[in-house]
Amino acid sequence: MSHKILSKKELCKDVYIADIEAPLVAAAAKPGQFVIICLQTTYSERIPLTIAGTDEKNGSIRLIWQAVGKSTAEFGHLKVGDELENVLGPLGKPTHIENFGTVVCVGGGIGNAPLLPIAKGMKQAGNKVISILGARNKSLLILEDDFKAISDELIIVTDDGSYGRKAVVTVPLDEICQSQKVDMVVAIGPAIMMKFASQTAVKHNIPVVVSLNTIMIDGTGMCGGCRVEVGGQTKFVCVDGPEFDGSKVNFDLMMKRMQAYKKQEQQALEEYKHKCKIGLDK
Amino acid sequence: MNDKQLLEELLNKHKAGTLKPADRYNIPPQAMPQQDGVARRSNVEEVALGYNETQARLEALRCLGCKNAPCMEGCPVRIKIKDFIVEIVEGNFQKALGIIRENSLLPAVCGRVCPQEVQCQLPCTVGKKFKNVDMSVSIGRLERFVSDWGRKQHENSTPAVAAPTGKKVAILGSGPGGIVVATDVRRAGHDVTIFEAFHKPGGVMVYGIPEFRLPKAIVQEEIDGLEKMGVKIIRNFVAGRTKTVKELMEKDGFDAVYIGVGAGLPMFMNIEGEHLVGVYSANEYLTRANLMKAYDFGKGADTPIAMSKRVAVVGGGNVAMDSARTAVRLGAEKVYLIYRRSEKEMPARVEEVHHAKEEGIEFHLLRNPKRIIGNGDGVVNAIECLKFELGEPDASGRRRPVPIEGSEFTIDVDTVVVAIGNGANPLIGQTTDGLALNKWGNITVDDNCKTSLDGVYAGGDIVLGAATVILAMGQGRTAAAGINEYLAKK
Ligand SMILES: Cc1cc2nc3c(=O)[nH]c(=O)nc-3n(C[C@H](O)[C@H](O)[C@H](O)COP(=O)(O)OP(=O)(O)OC[C@H]3O[C@@H](n4cnc5c(N)ncnc54)[C@H](O)[C@@H]3O)c2cc1C
Ligand SMILES: Cc1cc2nc3c(=O)[nH]c(=O)nc-3n(C[C@H](O)[C@H](O)[C@H](O)COP(=O)(O)OP(=O)(O)OC[C@H]3O[C@@H](n4cnc5c(N)ncnc54)[C@H](O)[C@@H]3O)c2cc1C
Ligand code: SF4
Ligand code: SF4
Ligand code: FES
Repeated sequence: MSHKILSKKELCKDVYIADIEAPLVAAAAKPGQFVIICLQTTYSERIPLTIAGTDEKNGSIRLIWQAVGKSTAEFGHLKVGDELENVLGPLGKPTHIENFGTVVCVGGGIGNAPLLPIAKGMKQAGNKVISILGARNKSLLILEDDFKAISDELIIVTDDGSYGRKAVVTVPLDEICQSQKVDMVVAIGPAIMMKFASQTAVKHNIPVVVSLNTIMIDGTGMCGGCRVEVGGQTKFVCVDGPEFDGSKVNFDLMMKRMQAYKKQEQQALEEYKHKCKIGLDK
Repeated sequence: MNDKQLLEELLNKHKAGTLKPADRYNIPPQAMPQQDGVARRSNVEEVALGYNETQARLEALRCLGCKNAPCMEGCPVRIKIKDFIVEIVEGNFQKALGIIRENSLLPAVCGRVCPQEVQCQLPCTVGKKFKNVDMSVSIGRLERFVSDWGRKQHENSTPAVAAPTGKKVAILGSGPGGIVVATDVRRAGHDVTIFEAFHKPGGVMVYGIPEFRLPKAIVQEEIDGLEKMGVKIIRNFVAGRTKTVKELMEKDGFDAVYIGVGAGLPMFMNIEGEHLVGVYSANEYLTRANLMKAYDFGKGADTPIAMSKRVAVVGGGNVAMDSARTAVRLGAEKVYLIYRRSEKEMPARVEEVHHAKEEGIEFHLLRNPKRIIGNGDGVVNAIECLKFELGEPDASGRRRPVPIEGSEFTIDVDTVVVAIGNGANPLIGQTTDGLALNKWGNITVDDNCKTSLDGVYAGGDIVLGAATVILAMGQGRTAAAGINEYLAKK
């Protein structure tokens, strides 16, 4: 089965959005689930990416990704009409969506992408949705308009104050939790952000859900490479997650595991950039 | 006298009917030609090279052609062993292949990876005569010889397909069981689709068993053969998630389903330090190395694997041997195999244990890890083990290892591979209402490999727990017969 890129654009530097033909996945996907793509069968890496939206009529799924290493950069260089050889999914358990009351959705960086379908789902289920989106600076903020459309309240923060408030996401989160009754926090973003957002929620006795992005291979529970410690127990992110109770996740351990191949990944990216520059690979 | 002359002389006697059993006992068992132990440490090419024609015919002449053929009883799929061996003697390799194919669809695979010493070769009369199973006729190697001969002739073996029946069969998982079911059900004229989660079909034969033991090209030929027969293969499809078994049957019109999704839920030891960077399940380690070709990282492949210097592999089965031998090929200087029983109890094939030793793997027997120790960055730097002694036999009949108190010692390592077995992957069970499972989560089936649901059959590791290629194939045969019968009545 071929998976054609139907549309694609760069949202901001190194962040891409694309609609990709994958009818089987589009028909089955629910908010919170992800796919694993593999550009070419022989040698390419398997890359897990959240399904940021689906169009069942078109048979397509929407992916939003940041070029952080060789594989995501290579994906970013593909053009409309190009094909991915492999798209597997939907994987993981869907988000538990119901009318909780007031839900605060906290997104950091590329985390806004997986957060969007969940926030939408929460809104549709009748929740009051307050969204807090954080970015390092204005140019790296993505999906602001999409969140505006579905949020009862939208708060933007940037690290450098170039847009919205100059703060980290936990500051407005803390204030909201103090000033009104919040029934649920959903936080998706870098591990460190999820760690502190969880701590903030716990401080106010509010349940918190996070979505983990550990390193994966198969995505079907076969390898154990995605394992994390949750409440002292071993869990596999690809089948038991990717969402977990943020108050129970051992984030420090997870962050260490995500560094496992740092040296090799850097080497691969350097080599790839070099090749692109001298025009061999494109 | 060289081998060729010896063969000629023996063949003459054989034709004249004067070759006595005593003469046959005297024929030296033919050793398997193999890659040099040092050279192969740095390549992933196949280790065992296969017999040449002379060696094969000499080895075949060792067979007594026993009336009761006890060897056949030892083969889970009852290959007519003495019949195919006698054709090798005669030089009728094509005929020999035909005889093997009646019962086994993957002879090039089984000839390589079957644990022959505990199956067909265990009851062999020749081995019994010498009171040494290593002296048995090398049935597996002969099987491999014949199938490799066939592959070299590009002998087209695509089985004939009956007229279309209009019935559709879905096969979940493309391991050896699934491949066999696909072949047998397609032969009967049904429309067959295999659904495979990975991006390459073949099951454990492609992601687990390494290239140096089972070249992936062989598995690929089998897959190509299926496609030639008209079997459709859908990759990147996780049954239970992309579609459930019920959806396949009720919405997509599949009349029968075979579940052959394998075991594949890695067990860990639940000891301190198992989350450290550098600790792998064997499944992950082997998948990175084989399926994703991490041994070519930086030379084309994008998937990394630990660049280890000192590796500890925990376990004593084929999976452990494969992991240890893979570590050697990935450049590790020291590889330790840690197993809690003695060598006699090791479930790995004798040949693999032998190969592992030749490749310099250090065995630490009657030892078991107590904890894994990391550095400040959360990366493994040592493994602490306990010494064991053998106590009374346990339920499996093997003597139970008992820890010796205060015997702790540590080995410096940067990588630990845990190869202590697999449980049943729960995904299909969780997403298929009414599918009966046993207490370990394996699917329960009757004698025809039928599950608790009508039209749904299962076999291989998801039924048997971690088993073997030939057992999965055997169940595939049974299930296919069941499906064909069920569809004939439907
Ligand atoms: C369930 C899930 C959903 C995700 N959703 C998104 C998303 O919607 N958008 C997005 O931009 N990213 C997402 N990610 C992260 C994304 O998969 C990684 O950024 C990507 O695999 C990096 O590959 P690379 O080769 O480009 O980078 P590399 O150079 O290989 O690695 C850069 C960093 O990415 C992480 N990483 C590397 N390999 C993997 C892997 N196989 N699986 C997971 N992480 C890995 C590591 O922490 C590494 O340090 C998700 C991850 C998971 C597990
Ligand atoms: C490292 C290793 C070495 C081994 N060595 C030997 C040996 O030397 N000799 C021997 O006889 N046996 C050996 N075995 C055991 C042997 O490989 C297995 O018993 C055999 O492969 C089981 O076959 P199976 O038909 O059950 O399917 P498997 O080979 O287990 O394949 C199952 C397939 O199903 C796919 N799948 C899983 N879930 C889903 C899903 N939900 N939807 C779609 N597809 C799915 C998997 O990706 C896989 O491709 C070894 C096993 C391993 C792991
Ligand atoms: S299939 Fe396996 S057990 Fe049967 S004869 Fe061949 S090698 Fe022996
Ligand atoms: S038992 Fe051994 S000697 Fe006898 S027929 Fe079988 S392979 Fe030949
Ligand atoms: S990615 Fe392999 S078990 Fe989760």
